[in-house]
Amino acid sequence: MLGDAYTYLTQWSNWTGDDGMLTLLIEQLLLTVTALAITMLIGLPIALYLGHIGRGGFLAINLSNVGRAIPTFAVLVLLSVGSVGTDELGPYGRAGLATLIALVLFALPPIITNGYVGIREVDRDTVEASTGMGMRGRQVFWRVELPLAMPVIMTGVRLALVQVWATATIAALVAGPGLGNVIVSGFYNSNYGKGLAGAFVVAVVAFVLEVLTIGAERLVAPPHQRRTKRGEAPRRTVSVAV
Amino acid sequence: MTVLSLAGTTTVAAADDPSCYARTTNEWVCWAYWQDYQSELIDATTQHLQITVAAVVLGFVIALPMAVIARRYASLKGGILGLSTALYTIPSIALFPILVLFTGITMTTVIIGLALYSLTILIRNTLTGLESVPDDVRESATGLGYGRTRLLLKIEFPLALPVIMAGLRVATVSTVALTTVGVIVSYGGLGQLLADGVQNDFKAEIFAASVLCVALALALDVVLLGIQWLMTPWVRARGA
Repeated sequence: MLGDAYTYLTQWSNWTGDDGMLTLLIEQLLLTVTALAITMLIGLPIALYLGHIGRGGFLAINLSNVGRAIPTFAVLVLLSVGSVGTDELGPYGRAGLATLIALVLFALPPIITNGYVGIREVDRDTVEASTGMGMRGRQVFWRVELPLAMPVIMTGVRLALVQVWATATIAALVAGPGLGNVIVSGFYNSNYGKGLAGAFVVAVVAFVLEVLTIGAERLVAPPHQRRTKRGEAPRRTVSVAV
Repeated sequence: MTVLSLAGTTTVAAADDPSCYARTTNEWVCWAYWQDYQSELIDATTQHLQITVAAVVLGFVIALPMAVIARRYASLKGGILGLSTALYTIPSIALFPILVLFTGITMTTVIIGLALYSLTILIRNTLTGLESVPDDVRESATGLGYGRTRLLLKIEFPLALPVIMAGLRVATVSTVALTTVGVIVSYGGLGQLLADGVQNDFKAEIFAASVLCVALALALDVVLLGIQWLMTPWVRARGA
């Protein structure tokens, strides 16, 4: 089986063409980036604002727990069999819209929860001190709260990315786009070498994405926190990929 | 290999019987489906429950000693946490095929995969729980002559229990949801019904499987909450 997977991976014709792995990889990366961007545009303003005014914490924190209880597979199925359908959506492939909606839905909880928690966990004394120095609400947010909350917010983005990549792979189970197709068609047709090859590619890209975001996390961390070791950034909420 | 063997055939809805799950009507909410396919639903739910419980138990059995080791040897802490976090980066639909290399197309593959996922939460929470035990308490116990093991079993674990149980609840709930992906190796519990529903455009089946899946997660959460309530009588006493 391992040999079959190696053969599949090393055969260039499996990478090229309309349904080759390169096309599927680009399709899935495109889905991932789009979904993450949409999620951040929707989720971050809400989470950061709620954190700033200190309201809606119950909702923001429990959203992640609710998100975990709902199977991504079921949502993908409900969307594609339901009214959203499996129509081709430009570069996003078959069932593109259903997949994008599912990706955003499951990326929102970690982003909102971490965004909210990040702002709320900024030392209250520091916030009071900056108010005492005469900063107004807006200045407190942009100059104090946001920079200090950045590591936790970025952890949320990283968790969301892992979640999005995983969900995008599962989309293939409902005839959706992306690399999951290689795994699904391999396993459903007892061509296990092919399925394993697809799994390897998906896992490797997942690691690359993780490493890239850890790098980004370090870049945006405030200077005094930058020296902390990898993975030691304050991480209060842990979500799970699917 | 028949991938969807569990779900069986779905086209048996008789043409002369305009039931709500017939091809022509194909309704989402259809009580007749729940009745007619009762045994299928029970089988899938049972398999789902089996996989989830086995995975969480296995994960917990691995996580407990890992957390204790990470607590005792600070130098290993980073490695243990890093490894468990790295594991969850791999999407489950890719992890199961990789595990097939070792355990084949079996239920064991799904159970091991899900157990590995639960480690991230279980180790982290158990460790947080153990670390939250106040130093004074630990010192008092040592002063009273408690050895390391007795301290762990009689003082640290009971005090860490609420945080450990919180981790167990989160792990269980997410494992229920993840089990559906086991469909890739033909052991997905309710996921088998979802996959079958997609292939045959069978809405009643999809709806029933989705509802049962969320209900199972809720039910297990409540059970664990009950266990926690029973195991921490001192918290109740304080609250009253």
